[in-house]
Amino acid sequence: MEDWRKNKLAFMVFMGPATFWLLVFFTIPVVAIWVYSFGERGPLGQTYLAFSFDNYLRAIEPIHLKILWKSIWIGGLSTFLCLLIGFPVALGIAFAPDRWKNPLLLVVVLPFFTNMLIRTFAWIVVLGSRGVVNSGLGWLHGQADWLLGFAGLPDVMGQFTPLEMLHNNYTVIVGLVYVHLPFLILPLYATLEKLDRSYLEASLDLGAGQWRTFFSVLAPLAMPGIVTGCLLVFILSMGNFLVPDRLGGTDSMMIGNLIAQEFSKARDWPFGAALSFVIMYPVFIFFAINALMMRRRERVRAEA
Amino acid sequence: MTDIVAGRRRRREVNPLEYLKRPWMWLTLFGCFVFLYFPIVTLVAFSFNSYKRAFVWKGFSLEWYEKAFNNQALHEAFINSMHVAAVSTVVSTALGAMLGLALYRYWFPWKGTYEGIIHLPIVIPEICMAVAMVIFFWAVGIELSLYTIIVSHIAFTIPFVAVVIRARMAGFDVSLEEASRDLGASEWQTFWFVTFPYMIPGLVAGALMAFVLSLDDFVITFFTAGVGDNTFPVKIYSMLRFSVTPEVNAASTVLILITLSLTLVAMIMQSRWTKGKKE
Repeated sequence: MEDWRKNKLAFMVFMGPATFWLLVFFTIPVVAIWVYSFGERGPLGQTYLAFSFDNYLRAIEPIHLKILWKSIWIGGLSTFLCLLIGFPVALGIAFAPDRWKNPLLLVVVLPFFTNMLIRTFAWIVVLGSRGVVNSGLGWLHGQADWLLGFAGLPDVMGQFTPLEMLHNNYTVIVGLVYVHLPFLILPLYATLEKLDRSYLEASLDLGAGQWRTFFSVLAPLAMPGIVTGCLLVFILSMGNFLVPDRLGGTDSMMIGNLIAQEFSKARDWPFGAALSFVIMYPVFIFFAINALMMRRRERVRAEA
Repeated sequence: MTDIVAGRRRRREVNPLEYLKRPWMWLTLFGCFVFLYFPIVTLVAFSFNSYKRAFVWKGFSLEWYEKAFNNQALHEAFINSMHVAAVSTVVSTALGAMLGLALYRYWFPWKGTYEGIIHLPIVIPEICMAVAMVIFFWAVGIELSLYTIIVSHIAFTIPFVAVVIRARMAGFDVSLEEASRDLGASEWQTFWFVTFPYMIPGLVAGALMAFVLSLDDFVITFFTAGVGDNTFPVKIYSMLRFSVTPEVNAASTVLILITLSLTLVAMIMQSRWTKGKKE
């Protein structure tokens, strides 16, 4: 790597345009909502700049705190399920023979590139009251009815009522796990793939079982990947707007939906801005810690 | 007795770290793949169903594709989507490639922090970015239209392109540039005839990725679109709100087909070059 001072002009030419674009159309907008989050809402929905923490205080009012709490537990539970499903999958792919790795990874990542809206809709096709599962159950019901009628017991089964599987918190969790699984598998795979396997072999040779090796050696070594993946999934789940909107019920509102509502129906932008910062503060803190750790690592490397 | 010994020996033959040779691992992988693909495959399958009222298979038909194709609003949304994706891909590929190259090549103070900020559009929830863009455009006094969608799409696809280009450049042999300079080529000539040709697969992969991301985006588009500026996913969303007919399945299938084929091309290119690096 070159020092940027060696060729300042080339550095500026390459860095300049993208930096400018992201500064104007990303950083400034983010700063703008940060400023708005301290503002006040006028009687007609307009925003007055101010310096008050009222919006943040409103975010912890009981009604909103309930939504916040719901986002945290739904986000947390779906992250945990992602980890439960994703860890064995990442492990299997990372320890697969080389020629299998890319195809397997491709199979995992491919659905991730289909539209999130469509992936959410797909669950309506599967679980909806007129969906595939209910049609299957209805068919089974009909067969059973016919069989029982044949055995001299007509009308025992009664009318088939479709199961109401959509529009509750569980479908929201299923949808969130479905949509975010690759976000966990990929960083985890990257860590597990680079891992020094001699540690695992040593542990197994020294008499530790697979489980003990897993919890005392493999999991600690994979911790950076686990933390990155889980944080990513947790943040994205908490802020997800589409999945609770389409798969959730009336009480499945999460923080993403609340933000969307403040920007459409309620038109209370300062409150919406404060809510989006409630999600973003943890992201910023995580990135700050990450950057600090990277700086320290660089310094250690420079000293060595 | 001998049987037991032989059984043990057979067991030993499996390396304890070859997790893929264990049946439970196969079961987990298989289960995960079913979970990932079953909903999408079902959705696609029912776009060919001739029955309207429920997802019960009644026979093969292309009726819904015909209907989706003749839907004027859907048509318009599709053209809007292509327009947005094409323009934002061109700009974000150019800017992202330059950024990726600079991040690969130069060291500068606070680089870690800079990279952290650059990668934020990838990690913050889409709704936060969408809301930020809405406030920004409103505060500056720009009316929402297709162009505000394009501007936002460029902003969130630049980091992805930069990441792809950087991954490509990681395999670059710097001595090629040195050789070119030693042989009398100017800095510009070296870039144009040595570095740039090496970047091309990365550029193609990055551009395809940007295109797919832009074409697929719903949340940011939904918020930054002007009144009546539908893109394809936004139109599908509004169709979903009113009634779920197989026409939505047909439209979704078209979108899946486009994005998956583009993604496959990009990924195959990427795996080609990593293979080349290893050999």
